[in-house]
This record gives sequence, structure tokens and C-alpha cells, in this order.
Amino acid sequence: MSMPEVRFVLFGAIIAGGLCACTDSPEVNESALTTTNTAATASALLPSLGQAVSESALRDIDLIVLPDGSNLPEGSGTAAQGQAVYEAKCAACHGVDGTVAIRGVPALAGGSLSAPQPTLTVGSYWPYASTLFDYIRRAMPPTEPKSLSNSEVYQLSAYVLYLNNIIDRDQLMDRSTLPQVPMPNHAGFVDQSAL
Amino acid sequence: MAHNNDFDHVAGNGLINRRHLLELGLAGLGAAATGSALAAEATPAIQPWQKTPGPGPSGYGAPSPATAHLQRLAATPNSAAPGTGSSRTPLQHLRGTLTPNSLHFERHHSGVPAIDPAQHQLVIHGLVAQPLVFSYEDLLAYPLHSRVYFLECSGNSGANTAPNPDDGTAASLHGLLSCAEWTGVSLSTLLDQAGVDPAATWVTATGADAASMGRSIPLGKAMDDVLIALYQNGEPIRPEQGYPMRLFVPGWEGNVSVKWLTQIKLTDQPANFRDETSRYTDLLADGRSLQFTFPMGVKSLITSPSGQMVLRRQGVHQITGLAWSGHGAIRQVQVSADGGQSWADARLETVNQGLSLTRFHLPWLWQGGPATLQSRATDARGNVQPGRDSWLAQYGANRYHYNAIQSWAVSAQGEVKNVYA
Repeated sequence: MSMPEVRFVLFGAIIAGGLCACTDSPEVNESALTTTNTAATASALLPSLGQAVSESALRDIDLIVLPDGSNLPEGSGTAAQGQAVYEAKCAACHGVDGTVAIRGVPALAGGSLSAPQPTLTVGSYWPYASTLFDYIRRAMPPTEPKSLSNSEVYQLSAYVLYLNNIIDRDQLMDRSTLPQVPMPNHAGFVDQSAL
Repeated sequence: MAHNNDFDHVAGNGLINRRHLLELGLAGLGAAATGSALAAEATPAIQPWQKTPGPGPSGYGAPSPATAHLQRLAATPNSAAPGTGSSRTPLQHLRGTLTPNSLHFERHHSGVPAIDPAQHQLVIHGLVAQPLVFSYEDLLAYPLHSRVYFLECSGNSGANTAPNPDDGTAASLHGLLSCAEWTGVSLSTLLDQAGVDPAATWVTATGADAASMGRSIPLGKAMDDVLIALYQNGEPIRPEQGYPMRLFVPGWEGNVSVKWLTQIKLTDQPANFRDETSRYTDLLADGRSLQFTFPMGVKSLITSPSGQMVLRRQGVHQITGLAWSGHGAIRQVQVSADGGQSWADARLETVNQGLSLTRFHLPWLWQGGPATLQSRATDARGNVQPGRDSWLAQYGANRYHYNAIQSWAVSAQGEVKNVYA
């Protein structure tokens, strides 16, 4: 590992007792520093090591899709297109119709919240369709996450929604239509974050 | 032999005054412990290991072979979801309040990534003036802050929501709980350097594991006491705890403390990740669901005697356990030996620092009768740990954020068992 390039203001002068040859910082009056205990002084004592980066350079690593569809990529797919991908890559765990729940693997379709043992599926529980794309792209299939193309992720999102009778088999899902899909339990959540 | 009325009883079924116990002295204690003044005489001897040199120093220490039973309780691997699962801290075998790093509980959503710290990057972007990238080495150069905090999975103790009590141990029922000294950089420091946009209200955190586990946290908390933790109990954090860096969100449900932290994105709304919608939300009896239930509720647990232990003698036993709250310090722990009919204050052993574990003790005279041991914690805000029935009445079929009173039944044979009381 190489030594970090330290871009400090007063930090180096303090740690080197004012004798550091590697900085042109003016001599620091330490008693003045201790009596001027302001936020500005505190931040001046901090290193500032973050390397600037542009948002566009982060496009490939930023997989976060917000409920309003922000950051959904190009591409599109229908449930009809997604069936083959689903049956090849998802059905072994989730079942052909998405209702199979085996240990640690949840059912995707069907279910009810009012049953004595509620079944929390995409159709019965999830508040946003955006979460489907977000989660499939980042984490599925579990043995090979991030291996699907964006269009495959749209196709699979459409297929899971179709299995839940939320969209039609030929309804095109893309960056503008997916966030608009009305989810049955959308109004079921109470935000506790302000408590 | 000490008799029942030799003790200063503070609550029913044998809970006794610890000060009285001290005054009684060792002779009285010994008699009470053995039930007889005529114990067999001890025969000390020089042991073999006193007659030959042992092995020399080692590079990284290991526990005694005699404590090989001190293991995390790991769930069996799941081939359908490789790397997912949890292991639980053996709370019943530990004392004090700090969890050894090798025994800190685990919960992974796609296994433990093998991260090269020289290649690891932390990106801070979104609603900031200047997106920034930090290396592990960069973060080590910042001022580091150390605090002792508990960490509890929001699914901890969920087994006790089942209709019938599982015959489990403190570890199997409640072991998704640990406590450590966490050392790291204040997240607010790095957010300040990136320049928080006034439109930002939430911070999303993403890990570098294969599942890219993500959670959303309100900006207010992120600017308050959240750390990017680099050290755990003095050493670099373990791979299973997020090496080289994890978010640490004090007092809040465990999985917001995102491990292997690689991305912080500021937003004007929560991301509603899978693990804050489909999971870690509280489905209530009325069909609504609570989302973003962040602070872990006030809670306590007797760790000894506890499930599957056996009391092998009558006499004085030390009831001990742990108490904690995501809302602040623990103010009081009460203990009952008669299933909640009467309560006595336990002694709080540890310095009462908020958002960490507090250990409590209370002596108990067991004379061979049935008993139901319980503890009930109150935090500095006045929150009182609920009973199981009142918790279920509020939360119904939900399994997350269970903080109800734990009941351990002691049989006439001294067997300790998880019960609902």
C-alpha cells in the first residue's frame, strides 16, 4: 500500500509539532488553537482525504432504484418474455407459479395477510414495484447475483407481477412504466422513522 | 444449616437481599449452598502441569481447550440460498458485557465477502455538493471514536412468538445479541466533507457482499452518532462483521448497520430496499405494517439460570442477566422468582452507559420447589419491558422486534426450561 496523500490544513503542523518539512503551513500557535475551540477550528484539524468523483463515473456501481423510479436503467421486458428466464433461473427455488416457499426462500406470489399464518409475497405485501427491479438486479439469482442483463431484470420483474395478477402478460415494463404499477398493499405501511 | 428465615427476603420464592447475604458471611453461604455443615474434606495435590513447562508464546491467542464448548450456535447451511443465515452468541456461557469477537453473532444475506482492503472503496454521493471516494487507508487517518454499543438483530427472540414455547437456550432463543467496543470515523464528518445538499433527507447504505445488502437511514440519525466502524474490541473488525468497514448505527435494529460498507448515497426518500419492505417490517394484527421500526425496544434476559441448564444443588444461586434498550440507558431491572407475582430490584453491575449491555445480579435461595424466573427492564425514558401477552396483542403474527419478558421455569428437579408465563 502506498502512503496516503494527506491534504490537510493544520493537521500536519499539529502532529509534527510545527517542525514538519512536508508542508508550507504557517507556524501554529497551539495555545491559540486550544482557546479557539470552534467548529471551524475542529474541521480545520481534520484530514480531507476523499477523492473527488463525478456522478456519471458511478453509474455502473450505483444499483439503487428509488420508489419513484429514479436510477432505473434503459431496457424493457414483458412477462411473456420473462417466462423462459424465470423457468431457467428462478423456478427451481420459487416454483413454476411462484408460490413455493422452501427454507429461507420466500414465496413470490399469492398469499394473504389476513390468514392465521400470513404469507408475505410480492402481491400480498410489497409496497413498491421498484423494489422488485432493485432486488433482482443486485441479489438474484443467489448463486450468481448481478449476472442478469437489465432487460432480463425487467422481464423477471414483469413475470413476478404477472404471477401475482397485477399486470398483464404482455404489459411492457421499463423505466417509466414499472414505478407506476399499483401494488395491492401499497397503503398498508405506517412509517415509524420519525418516532 | 441455613434456614429459609435466616435470609432477608426481598420478593417471593427465595429472592434475597444481597447485603444481608454479605453480612451472613462465607460460613453461612457454604452451609446454604451444600445444605449440610458436614461437607467432605478437600484434598489439594500438585498437578502434572505444575511439573513440566508448557508451550511458549503464540502469535494470535486461542481459548483454552477446556472452553471448546464456547461456540456460536450456527444454523445449518442452506443450499438454496448460499451464505445466508445466522449464528448466535452463547449468552449463557459469557459474563461481563463485552462479546469476544469470535463469538459475536452473525447474520449474512449472501455470505462473507473476501475483501481486499487495498481495493475496497467507500463512495459518498447523491445529494451532495461533491461526490467523494475514500479508501480504507484514508479512513484510518481520520480521528477515531470508540464507544461500547450493543447490536441486536431485529429478528432476535422471534421464536417466542410461536404458539408453543421452544425448549431452547439463551443462545438459541436470544443469541442474535452482542456487545462490543466499536471504533471508527463519524459518518457526519465525511458527509460534511462531501457537503450535504439541503434537499437530502435520507442516507442509503450498501454493502459489498454478493447481495449488495442495502438499508435507508434518516439523515438526522446519520448526522448524529453513526460510525463507520473500523475496529471491534480493539482489533480490525472481523470479516463476518464487515471487514474492512461497516456502518454502526447505535441502538437501532442490527441490519441497518450495513457491513462491508461501500456506498453511501444521499436521497430525498427512503430507497425501500427489499430488506426494509418485504423483511424487517412489523405486520400487525389489524393488517397494517410498521416500517422503519429502528430503535430496539427495552429488553432484558436472565442468562443464568437459563434454558436447558440444571440446578444441581439447593441453596443460594446467583441470578444474572443482561438488559439493554435502543432508547438509552437502563435505569432499573426487576427480577421475579414466582412468575411475576412479586418483584425485587436487581443490582446493576456495569457503568450505565446508554445503548450498551448492562449486567444485573440478584441472589436467589432455591430450596427445591418449582419457580418461574423473570426479569423486567426499564430504560431512562421510562419504557418498561412488556409481558408476552401484551406484546402479542399489539404485534399479532409479527416476528420482528420481540422484546417481551422471558420466563424460565425451574422444576423440582432443577431443570430450567423456556415457558410462557
